[in-house]
Amino acid sequence: MSDDTALSPLDADGIESAVEDALKALAAAADLDALKSARLEHVGERSPIALANRAIGGLAPADKATAGKLLGQAKGRLARALADRQAELEAERDQRVLVEESVDVTLPTDRHPRGARHPLEALSERIADFFVAMGWEIAEGPELEAEWFNFDALNFGVDHPARQMQDTFFVDQPGLVLRTHTSPVQARTLLERELPVYIACPGKVFRTDELDATHTPVFHQVEGLAIDKGLTMAHLKGTLDHFAQAIFGPEARTRLRPSFFPFTEPSAEMDLWFPQKKGGPGWIEWGGCGMVNPHVLRAVGVDPEVYSGFAFGMGIERTLMLRHGIADMHDMVEGDVRFSLQFGTEI
Amino acid sequence: MPRIPLTWLAEHVELPAGLTAEQLAADLVRVGLEEEAIHAAAVTGPLVVGEVVELTPEPQKNGKTINWCRVDVGPEHNEPGGDPRGIVCGAHNFVVGDRVVVALPGAVLPGPFAIASRKTYGHVSDGMICSARELGLGEDHTGIIVLSELGLDAPVGTDARELLGLGEEVLEINVTPDRGYCFSMRGVAREYGLSTGAVFTDHGLPSGDERPAGGGFAVEIDDVAPIHGVPGADRFVAQVVRGVRANDPSPAWMQRRLQQAGMRPISLAVDVTNYVMLDLGQPLHAYDLAHLSEPIVVRRANAGERIRTLDDVDRALDPEDLLITDSPGGVRGARPIGLAAVMGGGDSEVSATTTDLLVEAAHFDPITVARAARRHKLPSEAAKRFERGADPALPPVAVARTVALLVEHGGGVAGPLTDLDRRVPVPSFELALDLPARLVGVPFTADEVRATLVSIGCEVADAGADAVTVTAPSWRPDLVAGVDLVEEVARLRGYDAIPSTLPVAPAGAGLTAGQRARRSVARALAEAGLVEVLSYPFVGTDQLDALGLPVDDARRRAVKLVNPLSDEQPYLRTNLLVTLLDTARRNVSRGENDLAIFELGLVTRPVEGAPAAPRLPGGVRPSDEELAAIDAAVPPQPRRVAGVLAGVREPAGWWGPGRRADHTDAIAAARLVADVVGVELTASADADHAPWHPGRCARLTTADGTLVGHAGELHPNVVTALGLPARAAAFELDLDVVLAAASPDPVQAVPVSTFPVNKEDVALVVASSVPAADVLDVVRVGAAASPVGDVVEEVRLFDVYTGPQVGEEHKSLAFSLRLRAADRTLTAQESATVRESIVAEAHRRFGASLRA
Repeated sequence: MSDDTALSPLDADGIESAVEDALKALAAAADLDALKSARLEHVGERSPIALANRAIGGLAPADKATAGKLLGQAKGRLARALADRQAELEAERDQRVLVEESVDVTLPTDRHPRGARHPLEALSERIADFFVAMGWEIAEGPELEAEWFNFDALNFGVDHPARQMQDTFFVDQPGLVLRTHTSPVQARTLLERELPVYIACPGKVFRTDELDATHTPVFHQVEGLAIDKGLTMAHLKGTLDHFAQAIFGPEARTRLRPSFFPFTEPSAEMDLWFPQKKGGPGWIEWGGCGMVNPHVLRAVGVDPEVYSGFAFGMGIERTLMLRHGIADMHDMVEGDVRFSLQFGTEI
Repeated sequence: MPRIPLTWLAEHVELPAGLTAEQLAADLVRVGLEEEAIHAAAVTGPLVVGEVVELTPEPQKNGKTINWCRVDVGPEHNEPGGDPRGIVCGAHNFVVGDRVVVALPGAVLPGPFAIASRKTYGHVSDGMICSARELGLGEDHTGIIVLSELGLDAPVGTDARELLGLGEEVLEINVTPDRGYCFSMRGVAREYGLSTGAVFTDHGLPSGDERPAGGGFAVEIDDVAPIHGVPGADRFVAQVVRGVRANDPSPAWMQRRLQQAGMRPISLAVDVTNYVMLDLGQPLHAYDLAHLSEPIVVRRANAGERIRTLDDVDRALDPEDLLITDSPGGVRGARPIGLAAVMGGGDSEVSATTTDLLVEAAHFDPITVARAARRHKLPSEAAKRFERGADPALPPVAVARTVALLVEHGGGVAGPLTDLDRRVPVPSFELALDLPARLVGVPFTADEVRATLVSIGCEVADAGADAVTVTAPSWRPDLVAGVDLVEEVARLRGYDAIPSTLPVAPAGAGLTAGQRARRSVARALAEAGLVEVLSYPFVGTDQLDALGLPVDDARRRAVKLVNPLSDEQPYLRTNLLVTLLDTARRNVSRGENDLAIFELGLVTRPVEGAPAAPRLPGGVRPSDEELAAIDAAVPPQPRRVAGVLAGVREPAGWWGPGRRADHTDAIAAARLVADVVGVELTASADADHAPWHPGRCARLTTADGTLVGHAGELHPNVVTALGLPARAAAFELDLDVVLAAASPDPVQAVPVSTFPVNKEDVALVVASSVPAADVLDVVRVGAAASPVGDVVEEVRLFDVYTGPQVGEEHKSLAFSLRLRAADRTLTAQESATVRESIVAEAHRRFGASLRA
């Protein structure tokens, strides 16, 4: 740079003009690269302002303050303008880059195949949650069960016709059967626990029915049992109504019909009002229930003069079929993953 | 189950006009008789009485002769203009002037067989003249029905459906085991009356005329081995009828009713006994008097004794079987003539020449009958009634009724009557009058309770102010205790009256730890991409063979079903994989080649030499020793979790390549199961455990060495045998063992250090045979032994290298370490000492060197 172009640190007009030039150049920079060039030219070490600033050292002491103030203000204006423009251009650049980075968010994302619970298990758990929420507990027992628990304790005498009606699987060890209902858990629980007892027992049961659209030799039941002082059929009805509403919605209703089970007296079949019934809304059978027979209480050492109680049981397959419009039992028992996958993990 | 024709029921109870089977079903279900089915009318559409007015035989080319008939079917049904209808008929058993049954176009006969006008043999046949078989009235197809032969007559045009009972719906009901008396019109009518208030007339009550006047056929009851102290028979009524046309057909109305009730008419003697049984509920038997020798002895069978029953089967008898015997040649009770209530014997059966009968009605012990019917697999109509409890007051009434019908329709003369009555009075019992209210939750008054009991036939006497003494009616042997009467009160006052009150249970403890853990396991597996399935627990030997189980494998010791659904699958599973792999196979065969499934369930592991379960009665609490004996007999049924992973585990896609399932997926899933409950599994190679690949199977144990299960790749033979995708992997764990290893105590937290982390990598060269788990273990031990103490936060094995750089038979395992002290910032020097300590320990244990 030649001396004749050098800007005097005391040349207020010249400084103003250099600042104006610089501001124009900064404002004109279209992108960050142009801004960098403009910065080097107008604000950099070799820029007129910088050189003028460096020349302050050679001034008379009296002028130093004037020049310092002039150039200080000039540098300040330029630094602010540069920072502003820099921010502006960076924002523009970021905007552009983020747009350029756009992807197709509708591309499939299923890198990991989904799993699922079996709906019967999920429904069993939901049913268990319902009872647990009322303070009941969940009891369990073996599937290959002693005949005493499956029949005798429940007042199915050896020669009682009801014992023949159960289509029982017998095994090569005498005195054992595949349990035909979850009711033996009643007897086991009453032998083990302190009274009062409020339990639900979901589980697998077995009958010698061939698999078809509405029967399966292996199915699931949930048993309910409440033994306390002063329990009546009204409490049974209340529990069933509440249960039906929890599973089928607030409109659900139940109806009791006289029936017979060896382990309850009085006994009832329980019907559910089913708006989706084929051929129009109507009652459909949902389960059996009744007041626990004193014979059963005595078999487990409970005094029927002091305690009474009720029991009920229903098929979980049937409940699932009604609730989810499942027409054929095969889908529930064959283990086809496509069936379970429809339900996910909650039901 | 019993079928109830409404017109028959109406003989016992007043039925409202126009009552439908559907309404009857609704009325009966309220009192506990459930509808099983409503059998539609046998014939619908026009079926009318016609008179044959012209009959022209026309020989045909095929050698047959048909009759071209003109039949007058009444003004309503004749041709426009009033001409009789033209009908072609192949039968020849009728003449002009006979009244016949004509199905007109639009009628539907059993089959179903729809009648329409059709061209045949050169005529338009405008209907059909019907045979008995075509109307479902029996097997007779030798000719068409000529009404006069049935003793029927009606004007032409009369609705023949009504005349023959073919237009009636029949209700079939389901009778529960406590209501044996409802296996009769009498019983169902009684229930209908109780349900609706309709007037019921009891035709089963003794009139008092059924008293023997002496001279009756000699009968003895000689039961030396009563079951539970109850004699096999406590009543035996028999009456002689002589000169009966026993083999005549029974009257048409009776045949029709039997058919409606689902029985086949046979002959007068048989039909009448069946009819009275269906009507009153008392099983009866008619013997050919000519072949009987006095006395009849009712006794138990002798050891080795046999009987030829009327189905011509020679049966071995059990000493518990109750026999009706007679005494040919004066040898008392020498010849069995019937297995009581189960089946008659061939020797004394009514035959074509029979004219003199002995009509028998007895009351047999339910248990004796039930056991015999089961033993001989002969669930007869009689057995069905006796085993549910028949009415011991009925035999004389039923015999009188039977004899009267025989005489009325078969001629003959009633002879002397025998009534061997050994009944013991039914014990009465007490009912607290407030018990129904207390158990049902409806405030029944004492008067309501009394009135209900009287209405069902009980005798009720006051027993103090708050109780009654009740004697049940003879037809209700099921009423033996107060609660039985509670049900009667509840059902007859209506279950609809029971209010709905939610009981308040005491506070519960929620799910058990085990129940919660099981849910967590299932959910974790589902969230890891496995699909839960359920499989039947039945397996066959071929399935165990397919797993490659050795002959002496413990999993071959299985409980066997006595009555399996399939003879191919008679065993209960001893492991989950055997049935889960079958499920996998089914999925693959349906095109689901990429599969990840799991199942939680019980398996049965019988213990050799386990004691048999003791036989104990109901109604009494067994002793603790007896309960322990029951439990000892029930085989262990551990809860297992198993999974199968096959085919693509992570699919390829626009993002790049995918990955097939392999042994690591199975091992990872197994570890996940344990992780969920805070149990760490140790893996070691197991070269000898079917159905796994001998080189790719991990034996998984808990910290104390307890075996939990196995995981890895399946044996290639198993994969081939089941048609699974190559390299399919599987795991099976005993969930009970995993849960037992879980700490019951809450996790105690270690404070989180906020000092900076130092990262170190270390690659160790060891012999190829050293398992990675052992090296990892050494890394941890070496790090903990360093002078700065145990500052290892995490160790990861991130690379395995084999190749020229590490020499043959060697491998390099590279670990990354995160080091952090709880109380200070670690220096680089301190980190280096950890590293050195690791290398030293690895060298000491495995001769390992640091990879250059």
